[in-house]
Amino acid sequence: MRLLEASGIGKRYSGVRALGGVDLTLERGEVLALIGENGAGKSTLMKILAGVQEADEGEIRIDGKPVRFRSVADAMDAGIALIHQELNLAPNLDAASNIFLGREPRKFGLIDETRMRREAAGFLEMAGLAMDPAAGLEGLSTGKLQQVEIAKALSVDARILIMDEPTSSLSQAETEVLFGVIRSLKSRGVAVIYISHRLGEVTELADRVSVLRDGANAGELARGEVDRERMIRLMVGRDLSEFYPGHAGVPGEVLLEVEKLRTSYWPDHEVSFRVRAGEVVGVAGLVGAGRSELLRCLFGIDRPLAGVIRVRGVEFEPENPRRAIAAGLALVPEDRKTQGLVLEMGVPDNLALASLWRDRRRGGWVNEAAVDELERRMGEAMRIKAAPGQAVGLLSGGNQQKVAFGKWLAMEPAVLLLDEPTRGVDVGAKREIHTLMAGLAERGKAVLFVSSDLEEVLGMADRVLVMHEGRLAGELDRGEASEESVMRLATGTKDFEAA
Amino acid sequence: MKKTLGILLLLILTCVVTALSSDAFLNGANVENLIRRIGLYGLLGVAVSFVIVTGGIDLSIGSIVCLTGCGLPWLVAKVGWDPALALPLLLGGAVVIGLIHGLLVTKLKLQPFVVTLCGLLVYRGMMRGLTGDQSLGFGNGFKALRFAGAGKLELAGGFGIPMPFVILMVVAVLAAVFFNKTVWGRHLRALGNNEEAARFSGVATDRLVIASYVICSLLSAVAGMLFVMDVNSAQPSDFGSFYELYAIAAAVLGGCSLRGGRAAVAGVLVGAALMQVLRNMIVLVFPRQQNLEYAVIGLVILAGVIADELINRRRERRRLRA
Repeated sequence: MRLLEASGIGKRYSGVRALGGVDLTLERGEVLALIGENGAGKSTLMKILAGVQEADEGEIRIDGKPVRFRSVADAMDAGIALIHQELNLAPNLDAASNIFLGREPRKFGLIDETRMRREAAGFLEMAGLAMDPAAGLEGLSTGKLQQVEIAKALSVDARILIMDEPTSSLSQAETEVLFGVIRSLKSRGVAVIYISHRLGEVTELADRVSVLRDGANAGELARGEVDRERMIRLMVGRDLSEFYPGHAGVPGEVLLEVEKLRTSYWPDHEVSFRVRAGEVVGVAGLVGAGRSELLRCLFGIDRPLAGVIRVRGVEFEPENPRRAIAAGLALVPEDRKTQGLVLEMGVPDNLALASLWRDRRRGGWVNEAAVDELERRMGEAMRIKAAPGQAVGLLSGGNQQKVAFGKWLAMEPAVLLLDEPTRGVDVGAKREIHTLMAGLAERGKAVLFVSSDLEEVLGMADRVLVMHEGRLAGELDRGEASEESVMRLATGTKDFEAA
Repeated sequence: MKKTLGILLLLILTCVVTALSSDAFLNGANVENLIRRIGLYGLLGVAVSFVIVTGGIDLSIGSIVCLTGCGLPWLVAKVGWDPALALPLLLGGAVVIGLIHGLLVTKLKLQPFVVTLCGLLVYRGMMRGLTGDQSLGFGNGFKALRFAGAGKLELAGGFGIPMPFVILMVVAVLAAVFFNKTVWGRHLRALGNNEEAARFSGVATDRLVIASYVICSLLSAVAGMLFVMDVNSAQPSDFGSFYELYAIAAAVLGGCSLRGGRAAVAGVLVGAALMQVLRNMIVLVFPRQQNLEYAVIGLVILAGVIADELINRRRERRRLRA
């Protein structure tokens, strides 16, 4: 008998079909990867399985018995727990309180702290996290927070864990830890539904891959059949000739030069490097190595402690983003929702936000015609899909990222700083963004990007800068860069100073 | 726009009910007085919407009204300064106050609520100390000066529009144009919604926020002077007290979100008008229940905000389903 069997699941949102007749099965102790482009219906399906929403049609069976989830609590009672992309923890409470939030063991009406901590310790251990259950969560890395969430799910006796893009903000090392946890859960008979855009991880982890496309099953791959080409073909319904586009940019003059830059994040360590016109340079490293902080300093968001930055050979003091923009820099930030976009505003206002003052005004007046023109031009060039007047908060991740990107392109910056340019973006949009990056290099821009997706770094970068604890641990050419060589530097296994 | 329409209907309804229940409502003097008050309180509503759109708040408005409303008659009638000296001094003082608020909020990152709460205490306290807490007025003099608050813009046929309302219209049109048509207005709305994203896009967020506090203080100072020109009597202990709450209520009723990012000047005017008509209605229709004034106004605002939230939620749900 199957642990979970969902058949003919359908869901409509005000008449529009999000899912139609989708089937999904899950065995005990199985890791099922669910993949598909954004908008394929993965999230809707997971919300239905976790009781966040009810299906319009179809049937869910657990251990062969039909069930109906009217709420998340119903699904939990049946043993299904959803680990959200955005973690739902209260950082001001300790780990044990978080794990037992709402279900605290009591004694004489008061919380039985001793018992709660003792039991929490057990669940934390199962989740592979060695921490004091009485310790607070503040300052824990995303990876560890995720493990606390897993412990929480285990504490309600979950037999099915649904993980939505669990590695999107994890470093390589944290990802490995998470995989270890998943494998050990698997051996206890816990089944995992794993949603990810990272096909390398899927290949490594999944016992079976189920692909959704346009709200319907697009196919399934058994362990032996899983490979990148097949997955992409099923997801997009066509072949993508090669995953990472190359570019014909020729390294030219040095556009960005950083000398002995120190950030307050790693005050004792300094970074020096150069990026030339027509180059795509990737910055790899573990989370916390100071990569985002480096970009923030270059763009004037945080003040560097010391060091010299030159753009097109001209020294500039990164006092604030305005200065950085004037010097010819642009930053597509790490978190598009809080840093890249004004979610309540529409596409044209967001696209024009950075260039309004410089290029799209007449005196103090907004030049609406120029704003409309910008929207038309970028909308076409980047294939942004949005209804007129639609707030960008309602767009898919890929379209949002294109808007966050698009606002800089019209300004013709010399150097583009990209922080996790394709995080949480589907395969199709990812490819479009990669093509865009290659195109920028061909047009003589310098592209410096930070990514925790090692595949992306190796696939896109002409040169890889590897950071470790605030320092440049090394610099690798395209030929030298491999998963192994990058990881060795990133983990500080073998240090050598870059020239 | 829809939101303004809803509250506009409520305003019209209140007017119709009051007119039907009391003959005095449409009486010329009453209408004129009502319009004058709408002008005065409307000005405060527009003032605070500059700060509210940034996601901040200004609780010191009533005390700034006291500062200039008592300061002007004190300086010109008691101390004997020339109005040509007193006016710029008081307005300059308001600019400095706004500047301090803005700097504390942006550079020291203090919470606007706390900064302006202290302002509320300080400015009124200062005025009471300076003037010895005595009643102040212009007496029978300064007719020309008082025209701006007590006068009328005479139109053909013996009609006249009270000056404060004329001033409000000018300010409101300028404010609406500022919010909707200028680069700064667009930047202000963007930063009210998401200050970090605006900063990451090179918007001079700190400067804009500071400017908003300055504009708010300055407009409040102007309103304070117009108030005293109109009533010709001010007591430092209570002149302008609670006015910040009328201003904030007008802005919220009118469709400004206290979370920032939304400015609706037309709505603010309607909100301010609604509150003044309500007060007028209580006086005319329920003269024996006048003491309930605050309670009635409070309940109407609460009802308005609840209705708005419920409508928003339904819209949001429909949006999420789409």
